[in-house]
Amino acid sequence: MGKRVLLIEDEPNIIEAIGFILSRDGWTIHTHQDGQTAMAKVLALPPDMIILDVMLPGRSGFDILRELRSNDVTKGIPVMMLTARGQEKDRELALRLGATHFMTKPFSNSEVRDYVRVMMGP
Amino acid sequence: MTTTRLTGTRIREKRLDLGLRQAAVAELVGISPSYLNLIEHNRRRIGGKLLSDLARALGVDKAFLADGADRDLLDQLRAAASLIGDKAEIARAEDLATRFPGWAGLITLQARRLAVMDERVRALTDRMAHDPFLATALHDVISAVTAIRSTAAILVSQEQIDADWQRRFHENIHADSLRLGKSSEALVAYLDAPDDASQSPETPMGQVDAFLAQNNYHLPALEDQTATPAKIVAQSGLTGAAAALLAGICQQYADDARKLPMDSFADASTQCDYDPARLAAHFGVDFATILRRLPCLPQGQGHPPMGLAVCDASGALLYFKPAPGFAMPLTGGACPLWPLFGALSRPSQPLRVEAALPGHAARHLLCYAIAVPAAVHHFDVPPVLRSYMLVLPDMTEGSSAPVPVGVSCRICPRPDCTSRREPAIVGLATAL
Repeated sequence: MGKRVLLIEDEPNIIEAIGFILSRDGWTIHTHQDGQTAMAKVLALPPDMIILDVMLPGRSGFDILRELRSNDVTKGIPVMMLTARGQEKDRELALRLGATHFMTKPFSNSEVRDYVRVMMGP
Repeated sequence: MTTTRLTGTRIREKRLDLGLRQAAVAELVGISPSYLNLIEHNRRRIGGKLLSDLARALGVDKAFLADGADRDLLDQLRAAASLIGDKAEIARAEDLATRFPGWAGLITLQARRLAVMDERVRALTDRMAHDPFLATALHDVISAVTAIRSTAAILVSQEQIDADWQRRFHENIHADSLRLGKSSEALVAYLDAPDDASQSPETPMGQVDAFLAQNNYHLPALEDQTATPAKIVAQSGLTGAAAALLAGICQQYADDARKLPMDSFADASTQCDYDPARLAAHFGVDFATILRRLPCLPQGQGHPPMGLAVCDASGALLYFKPAPGFAMPLTGGACPLWPLFGALSRPSQPLRVEAALPGHAARHLLCYAIAVPAAVHHFDVPPVLRSYMLVLPDMTEGSSAPVPVGVSCRICPRPDCTSRREPAIVGLATAL
């Protein structure tokens, strides 16, 4: 069983596409669509890596990231942020809050796949 | 050409600017240094050849020494100069305004247009950043594009994909393309909407101000009650927030006009020498009503020019009528020393203040101000304060201790002002 990637994203077709390409790479994909309950999902797994959308129903990805970094169980998990807003201030905020990487939509599949490979190692 | 009382002051300032000794200039024009000294201290009136000789000796236009420059034009030129920091020759603003009033007017006109455009850019930027509909619509578009791009890339890859996944991805692309079409249509419709004033790049305050200025801040149809406030708003063509703002102003105008009909109010204003306290006592109305009503006196009937500013408890301007020498930035950053703001700390207490603008020929303005609760709606809730300030530029008494005020810190030369919020543009202090 491959390492676990948790994809927190509210767009079902983006979940399906990213889930498909990462599954083919051998990772075990878990998905979650709601911001409010995302932290509970993380703690229940916990995953080896998180791909986290910024604009989620119920709670923003930035808030979730802040809590991830303040929790002893989750603070070391690599987090790649996804956002439709490519503004520099969002990137700076994500990195300041402790995101490992920041990717702006629309992204290419190979970008996502390559970064996950780098983060998860061999 | 007859000289004015301040001609001597201008001669002295110009000579000092040029670093010339009194004796040297006196010799150039063939008079004694002591006589030039009397001229410079406005104790001798001069004209004709001597004025021409002095203008030539000082390298300035004769009209400049005789009349000086229009103070409002000068203020506007200095404000325009602040746009480029210390690069403009602010010390020579008066020369420019005197010698080339047309060009100086063009500069100030362009500066005002730039300020309006800046305001529009700010409004559009705010709209792009904070408009919830726009943010949602753009998010929908980008999400759909992301899903289509990702899914299509999977389908065109060389990897083997089983038939079920292929069918699913095709369906996803179809659904996302439909969603993208709808999102794009909604976005285009929103951006193209021609008749929603809330989307106008002009601020509501700017739109209302432009409408009132076109009407000289006097609305005859409300004076004689031949139109309702709603009709005035409808005729104005304003909509959205601007219409709401104008509706409030017109309603107040109509209420005041009913309390104080113009014919009797105009007569009483003249008899009371435009003194708001006497007028309030005469009509038995509150002070704020008089402050609002006086600037509605029609122009061209012998009444002195009057300005009015109204702000809320935060100092944000809600209404502004300019007057000669009286200017305030509509979008904030005004000098905090105006009695308009001082009245907020003393609610219900009328203030009478003679204010002085900066500069050698410091213009004095007589100001009356009061802050009063706009309405009481609930128990134990702070009152909604409105502050009113009436400005009469031509009614001052030459106070020896006027309150120093300015337009805004950036173009104010007072070096020791304890209320300064930001530095003045470099070099201005020496120019005034």
